[in-house]
Amino acid sequence: MEFLDFLAGVLASPNYWFIVLRSTAPILLVTLGAVVCEKAGISNLSLEGSLLWAALVGVVVSAWTQNVWLGLAAGILASTLVAWTLGLFALRLDANPVLVGVALNLVSTGGTVFVLHALTGDKGISSSLDSKVLPFWTIPGVKDVPWVGQVFSGQNLVVYLSLVAVVVIGILLNKTVLGRRITAVGANPEAARSMGIDVALTKFLALTVSGLLAGLAGCFLSMGYTSNFTSGLSAGRGYVANAAQVVAGGTAVGSIFASLLFGMTDALATFLQNIGLPPELIQALPYAVTIVGFIVVTLLRDRRELARKRALTRVAS
Amino acid sequence: MADHRRGFFRTLGMFFTDRDRLEPAVISVLAGAFSLLAGVLLIAVASKNPGESIWNFLVGPVLRTYNLYYVMVMMVPITFAGLALCIVYQARYLTLIIDSTFYMGAVTAAAVGILWPLPPGLHPVVAMVVSGTVGGLIGMIPAVLKLKWRANELVSSIMLNYVFYFLGSCVIIYFLRDRNQTILASLPFLESFHLAKLIPNTQLHAGFLIAAALVVAVAVYLYRTKWGYQIRMVGANPRFAAYTGFSVAGVVLGAHFVSGFIGGVGGAVEMSGMYKAFIWQMDPSYAWDGVIVAMLARRNPKFVPVSALFLAYIRVGADFMSRRGDVAFEFITLVQGMIILILASDTIVNYFRTKRAQAQALRQEKA
Repeated sequence: MEFLDFLAGVLASPNYWFIVLRSTAPILLVTLGAVVCEKAGISNLSLEGSLLWAALVGVVVSAWTQNVWLGLAAGILASTLVAWTLGLFALRLDANPVLVGVALNLVSTGGTVFVLHALTGDKGISSSLDSKVLPFWTIPGVKDVPWVGQVFSGQNLVVYLSLVAVVVIGILLNKTVLGRRITAVGANPEAARSMGIDVALTKFLALTVSGLLAGLAGCFLSMGYTSNFTSGLSAGRGYVANAAQVVAGGTAVGSIFASLLFGMTDALATFLQNIGLPPELIQALPYAVTIVGFIVVTLLRDRRELARKRALTRVAS
Repeated sequence: MADHRRGFFRTLGMFFTDRDRLEPAVISVLAGAFSLLAGVLLIAVASKNPGESIWNFLVGPVLRTYNLYYVMVMMVPITFAGLALCIVYQARYLTLIIDSTFYMGAVTAAAVGILWPLPPGLHPVVAMVVSGTVGGLIGMIPAVLKLKWRANELVSSIMLNYVFYFLGSCVIIYFLRDRNQTILASLPFLESFHLAKLIPNTQLHAGFLIAAALVVAVAVYLYRTKWGYQIRMVGANPRFAAYTGFSVAGVVLGAHFVSGFIGGVGGAVEMSGMYKAFIWQMDPSYAWDGVIVAMLARRNPKFVPVSALFLAYIRVGADFMSRRGDVAFEFITLVQGMIILILASDTIVNYFRTKRAQAQALRQEKA
């Protein structure tokens, strides 16, 4: 009972929801990218690598140029390059995209540490670099509304952008030619090709979109969520996005719920540490919840499909 | 048949009768050599003292006897990981759950090594069996998720790796921790738990022989038993396998249990061979190495030792070099990643075969 009271207290506090938004934003962005790729029929498992490179390059360039926007642009470019490498190998050299993703993540995990060490002499953290932080926004009207203001105002720019991204990706997938092509290529590449759609190019563009989004998320991790690059700071968020993408069911709006699942547990973990649960178990919680969500959604989807098939056979007979 | 055997392969064909078996080996060697070259180039760019760094990287492991033993010791966990990956990869399942099985195997072995007094000789063996069983059960989880709910086994295994890592360190911290130590370490293992050293005063332990025996066992298992045949059939064509009347799910689960068992034993061997207490501060993660070994060996256990030797060698070389120079150890991931990228690319791997098919088609057209 005591625990339930505690939980209710946490869930009612604006502080909790503020953290939820903050930890959901990067996952949301990466999940949207994973959704677009999956729609186009190519699994982008290199998102983890994209996040890491964006986070590192963003910090380094913003420290060099003393300009946070140049850092952001460079970070996004780096992340997109990772996605393009996956495209190059998977689409031009006929490689298994899953293996390419695995290889790119391996290179990125070590490569970012290697570059960090070469530049700063430190393998763990970039604190010796004077890097910039993306701006936080206070929204004038909303700021003074009780509760709501405490949650929605004062967040980082990227948190707001992640919500914009949901709308943009929703429109991209449902209302644009490219979106239709992506869906067509993912559903049946042969049919799409016979309609004159360049399958490889469409997949490449889908990868580009995911690279851009992951770049934004990666820069947020090192220039907003925290103010440094630390080795392995992505903490598996790229992989979580690949699981969340399934939970999202291939829609932009679904991505919100899927990434909220992770964000809410992640934020809850910080509060649960206060009541003396072992921190190791709490750290495992977001990943465990993601797996459970993943299973529940596939289960529901299979059920629905089965029911539809049954209905079809009934009509036929 | 002999008429289209030309040039390079014709020459080699004098030594090897079966070209189809030779080609993969040549491609693996080329992939390794090319990736190594990329690594050397990276050192040349990054180091202030490139000549010495490259020398240390390439020759370091054979310069000192200590390093040679280190290579052999390093081969042990890599071989375990490679064998575990070979089995699931034969069934065309790609899971990285080996990290969990290895880590939890080590945690289980630590528990057995600390809490359960047994006679020497028997003690590590019991630990291996218990750890293997734990590993096998964990190894089956991604397969269950895939078979029952079509969850991508790679993604779910990576998620599970996080969960089991935190779970395992929880066990160490709350049940086995030595409170007198400032750093995180378990209580010391009982004396009877330690594996014998093959050569006194070196790191080389009996686990090396266990790994060697396991290579033979897995080779026999995959290529000389009914179960191995079924696994390979599931990998080649699951539908055909289902039509022949055996349970595909059963075969896949069995393969994952054996694979996880090997991972668990690997963790136990590391504990009893290398350490006096559980002192891992993070997951050593041999999953990537396992993937690379399995790919280099083309899923065939026979070639696992050679591939493991190669990986252990460059790892020790990189370690040796980074300790004496200015290049970080992590550059090795570039070499490892390159190997996967090259061997994952069908266009590169099938280059010779495609060329040959084209040449043959041209000849037939002329005729």
